[in-house]
Amino acid sequence: MYTKKTLANFTNPKNYGKLENPDGIGKVGNIVCGDVMWLYIKVTKNKITDIKFETFGCVAAIATSSEITELAKGKTIAKALSISKEEIVKSLGGLPPVKLHCSVLAVDALEEAIYDYLIKNKMPIPVELIKKHERIEQEKKIVECKYKDWTEAEARATSNKNK
Amino acid sequence: MSKQNKIYLDYAATTPVDPRVVKAMQPYWFDKFGNTASLHSFGIEAKEVVDKSRKIIADALKANVKEIYFTSSATESNNLALKGLAWANPAKKHIIVSSVEHDCVLTSAAWLEQQGYKLTVLKVDEYGMVKPKDVESAITEDTLLVSIMHANNEIGTIQPIIEIGKICKDKGVLFHTDAAQTFGKLPVDVNRMNINLLTASAHKMYGPKGAALLYVRTGVKIKPILHGGGHENGLRSSTLNVPAIVGFAKAVEILNLPPVETLHCNVSTMAKYENDRLIKLRDKLIKGILKNVPDVKLNGHPKLRLPNNINFRFKYIEGEGIIMLLDSLGIAASTASACSSPKLQPSHVLLACGLRPQDAHGSLRLSLGRWTTEEEIDKILKILPEVVERLRKMSPFK
Repeated sequence: MYTKKTLANFTNPKNYGKLENPDGIGKVGNIVCGDVMWLYIKVTKNKITDIKFETFGCVAAIATSSEITELAKGKTIAKALSISKEEIVKSLGGLPPVKLHCSVLAVDALEEAIYDYLIKNKMPIPVELIKKHERIEQEKKIVECKYKDWTEAEARATSNKNK
Repeated sequence: MSKQNKIYLDYAATTPVDPRVVKAMQPYWFDKFGNTASLHSFGIEAKEVVDKSRKIIADALKANVKEIYFTSSATESNNLALKGLAWANPAKKHIIVSSVEHDCVLTSAAWLEQQGYKLTVLKVDEYGMVKPKDVESAITEDTLLVSIMHANNEIGTIQPIIEIGKICKDKGVLFHTDAAQTFGKLPVDVNRMNINLLTASAHKMYGPKGAALLYVRTGVKIKPILHGGGHENGLRSSTLNVPAIVGFAKAVEILNLPPVETLHCNVSTMAKYENDRLIKLRDKLIKGILKNVPDVKLNGHPKLRLPNNINFRFKYIEGEGIIMLLDSLGIAASTASACSSPKLQPSHVLLACGLRPQDAHGSLRLSLGRWTTEEEIDKILKILPEVVERLRKMSPFK
């Protein structure tokens, strides 16, 4: 079922965790299975200099998260935007057909993080990226609704910590 | 069971074949390979051993040999029970099942519904338990059959089938129970439990795959789903799987079944038996995990559950990840998360217990068995919290 590289990516994922003071955050949810992926980027001179993920999902979701961070690291914004789901799947040596949707989630997360960075810095946003953002935003709302109590619990915990 | 230092905790999926069973089956592959339908000595030899096997199994169920029909799987037995009864008793058109039945019962029942039957799927409580009162009030004059499993395969909850059996008897309705997870673990007495039909399977109780049975009480009208040479008194045509049936019987023979006196499923009274050992290990593991891991809950009933079943749900993480990370550490377990199912749907059993899909996402079933040791349980108690922590570190929710 899973390739060796997918399993290796899953058992030893790269670049996971929160990134302090990120320049862009992409938060996406998969309406098919309920997986959630958060991606953080740091951008210096139009290049992704650091990238991290947090994923609630299966082996494929975590492996593709790890893979996209590796593929995007060090790339320019334009090059990072050209990373396709096919590229991630190919890089992993394939995914089971039922898990292909997980690779979409990874691409969405990266694009959202870049969208967030461009918006925050009042930079021009490609039309395609805006269109995608609108679609992802819709899906995210559906998924976020499911985990409302979890995210609220987290917000409470964070605010308690800050007190 | 240790295999190259691996720990197998998925006995509810299938069990290894007990070496004593393997030995009993051995002669029936080459030396005694006959077809039970043959007239010559090879056939007679095969027929004799099948008769002997049938007697051993019938005795364990407190049934008559004529009431035991061998099939290939519990799925086949359950299909035969539901469809076979429906076809033989066309006057009644209502079937009652529970929402936590195995897929093979639920989909057979749903198929009959498509053929014009009325189907009632009973709700369960938060532990996955059917209320006998609900069975009673669902029964109408048109009810043909009530099919409620003895214990659930995912969460281990033991159903009150003695009460349900009595209700069915009083109301004159047929009662079928899927005992795939219980035959070999809990005492079964088809008479005292007022069971009309019962499904059991060998590979869940240290026997081989490919052997199962349907018990059909004498006098119950049932029609075959397989037509052919008229084996098994015409109910199940197919050459008998002699080695597997011999193995099934041997697996039953070596059971250390609790006496029928403990029938009322008060598992705590089953001291001295294999169950007692498993219950101790089970409860040690449950207590340890609930104590040492935050945001975890037990699925299923805290007490009225199979001696070997544990089912947790961990918040913020997903079951397939738990399974694969455990597997990378040499531990075999099972999950019912949406991600692990081909249809990307969470378990119908967990949803029936009132869990939301996101809660079902982090489910983990550990099922113990004959070769589970205390050392293995201690190892799980050490490894599982680490696995959960590792996955939570990757999760956006914490």
